[in-house]
Amino acid sequence: MSDFQIRSDGVDVEQIMRQIRSRIREKRGADYTEQEIRELATAKLEKFLDPSGVRSDLLEHFRRAHAAQQTSDPPMNYVFEDTTLFESPRPALRFIRNLLKPVLRLFFNYNRLSHVLHQQVIANTQLHGHEARRKTLDALYYEVMHNLVLETTRLGIEVTNLRMRLESISSRLDFDERRARALEGVVQYRPGVIAAASQQPAPSPQPSAQGQPGQGQQPGQAADAGLAERRSRRRRRRGRRRGQGHAGSQGSPGSLGSQGSSGSQGSSNFESPENPNPENQENPENPENPENPENDEVS
Amino acid sequence: MKLAIVVQRYGADINGGAELHARYIAERLARHAQVEVLTTCAADYVTWKNSLPAGEETVNGIRVRRFRVSRERSPIEFGRRSAHVFERPHSLADELAWLRSEGPTSPALVRYLSRHADDWDFVLFVSYRYYHAWHGARAVASKAILVPTAERDPAVALPMFGPVFRGVRGIMYNSFEERALIQAVSANADIPGVVVGVGSEVPERPVPRRFRQKHNISGPFAIYVGRIDENKGCAELFSHFQQYARTFTDGLSLVLIGNALLPVPSHPRIRHLGFLPDEDKFDAIAAADLLVMPSYYESLSMVALEAWALGKPVLANGKCDVLRGQCIRSSAGLYYESYAEFAEATYALEASGPLNSVLGSNGREYFRQHYSWPVIERKYLEMLERLTHENQAGVSRRLEPWPGWLARRRQDLRPAREILAAVPSGPATNAQPARESRAPELRAQDVRSSNEERSANAPRRPPEARGPRHQGRRWHRSTRSSRH
Repeated sequence: MSDFQIRSDGVDVEQIMRQIRSRIREKRGADYTEQEIRELATAKLEKFLDPSGVRSDLLEHFRRAHAAQQTSDPPMNYVFEDTTLFESPRPALRFIRNLLKPVLRLFFNYNRLSHVLHQQVIANTQLHGHEARRKTLDALYYEVMHNLVLETTRLGIEVTNLRMRLESISSRLDFDERRARALEGVVQYRPGVIAAASQQPAPSPQPSAQGQPGQGQQPGQAADAGLAERRSRRRRRRGRRRGQGHAGSQGSPGSLGSQGSSGSQGSSNFESPENPNPENQENPENPENPENPENDEVS
Repeated sequence: MKLAIVVQRYGADINGGAELHARYIAERLARHAQVEVLTTCAADYVTWKNSLPAGEETVNGIRVRRFRVSRERSPIEFGRRSAHVFERPHSLADELAWLRSEGPTSPALVRYLSRHADDWDFVLFVSYRYYHAWHGARAVASKAILVPTAERDPAVALPMFGPVFRGVRGIMYNSFEERALIQAVSANADIPGVVVGVGSEVPERPVPRRFRQKHNISGPFAIYVGRIDENKGCAELFSHFQQYARTFTDGLSLVLIGNALLPVPSHPRIRHLGFLPDEDKFDAIAAADLLVMPSYYESLSMVALEAWALGKPVLANGKCDVLRGQCIRSSAGLYYESYAEFAEATYALEASGPLNSVLGSNGREYFRQHYSWPVIERKYLEMLERLTHENQAGVSRRLEPWPGWLARRRQDLRPAREILAAVPSGPATNAQPARESRAPELRAQDVRSSNEERSANAPRRPPEARGPRHQGRRWHRSTRSSRH
């Protein structure tokens, strides 16, 4: 979450809301619009794609169905041969039936009937075989599904945790960034600070022959030199205040300015609207700069 | 000038939005006119049970007459009738039955109004949707001024209210969105109306520290003030805030003030303080970083105005046209329509000090310009003056004739929800109509000449140019169902 640019009292709420919405779009990325997501949802694809859509009671349902299958009676089967129609435990009856077979054949074709029933018996036997094999596979499926559900649940929890951690880290990062900017803003906009900043030791007078800020010096050396220069300048001021000195006696004001390099490094990001051109403040030759010895002399 | 204010409940300790509105207006107008309040004996807005004594009493210096409610509300019957008129084709008789079931049914109040109509110059009816306002406005139509406090709910689209909106002398709207809504459903743009709202008794110097010490609250917090109810969007607020708190582990808390009709989630960053007196409430708002208004339906959020008066930004539900419009017009609040927007807007208000302070100062200025008491009083007085001029000019209004017995029972009215769905939504962009900005003396002339002009020009102009009154008749036909 980045910062809003509020630099004046003319706040446009609608513009801020547009910024907010554009940021939300950026976060989501250019994958799907809201409308597209809705269309996908209506297609119910998430049932297959979304792991969180796995039913938590799936295993329970499966176990119950499996138990119901186990308790149900095995399907019945029977034996049927060519002679089954005329069989009987009583030999006399069996004899009469065989005797009357030709008469019966006058009424219908019992061979056909026997054949069909025999085929049915064969089909039933094959079906039972399939059923037995399916039960064996079901046990395997159950095990696989059980493991899948467990793993999916575990992964879902892990993904949620990771997402939360990521959001937390990114929010902290954003917050820190914004806090840093806000603190910078507070420092920049405080009028007292601006005044103090403008009263900070300005670039020390250096002979113009010494060149531009920091030339021929390392940054640390430049800082040390600046510190020494400030001290010497204070001494000079004290001397002047004692009434001994005159305006022109302490050297040329035009020699100011080169020491300011170290100071100006620190304030290079200064963007206060009250100080649109920091260089003017830093420039000791600027007549408005209190650090200008000329001004000091005049005051 | 003598005024009567008619409202469903009234009392120093009755804090409903419209009721408080009525009390504030009565107390303020009492400085300029002789004000009397007519109300019921009910204190409970759910049952309208007669809990206060009938007769006269004085509340904060205002004379109040109370009348008994003849029947309490049965929530089951009211729910059944609401479902019927909102969702299905129905008749005017069904709507009248709905109004009776809603209550507060007080025929004594309406009888008193019609018998003593000459005692007052004008009668202000607060809340258009209740029994007292509909029957009362019909009883004293020539003196009726309506303060509708209408929200975007299906009741406003019931055809029975159209003649009232078109027949009263004036309407004091709470917001531009409310005016746009009522004009869209009833085509009453030619009725004198002004967007007023209401002020608030905001203390000049609340003490935020006192609130923090009293309730042991530290750190930044957002505040919600009002009834904690699903209808007020609190369930969505809880869901959004809990998600926000998970994302931003250190930061804003949520403090709730008001009676809870919804279980408040147990969360370390959600504090429910219950109902607090006004002093504590204002201290709390002053101590908060922002005010949250999650309500979907509002005609005017007084709490939001109070927050703005105290220089606090508001985070409102963008699905509520009124709140969204107010945020945009005031430049003093943000709004949300989804969790993502809630999170971003809350974070922006929480983390960005400059934004928070600029919005807060805009709110303070907005309140000062539009909702401070001198502004409100001036608008009321201008309206009363305008209507007095109209009286002197001989302008009178009559309610449209009520259909006969058979016509009232014809099941040919479209469901109110269907009518409302066809009404454009969104914040009102045209904030100040030309008529309101004109001087009062010109308005009187306007009214005098308007009748002549209308009669002279209307037949030659096409229907679109004839003005909203004619469009309103078209609309009224459109409320009839084509199925019958």
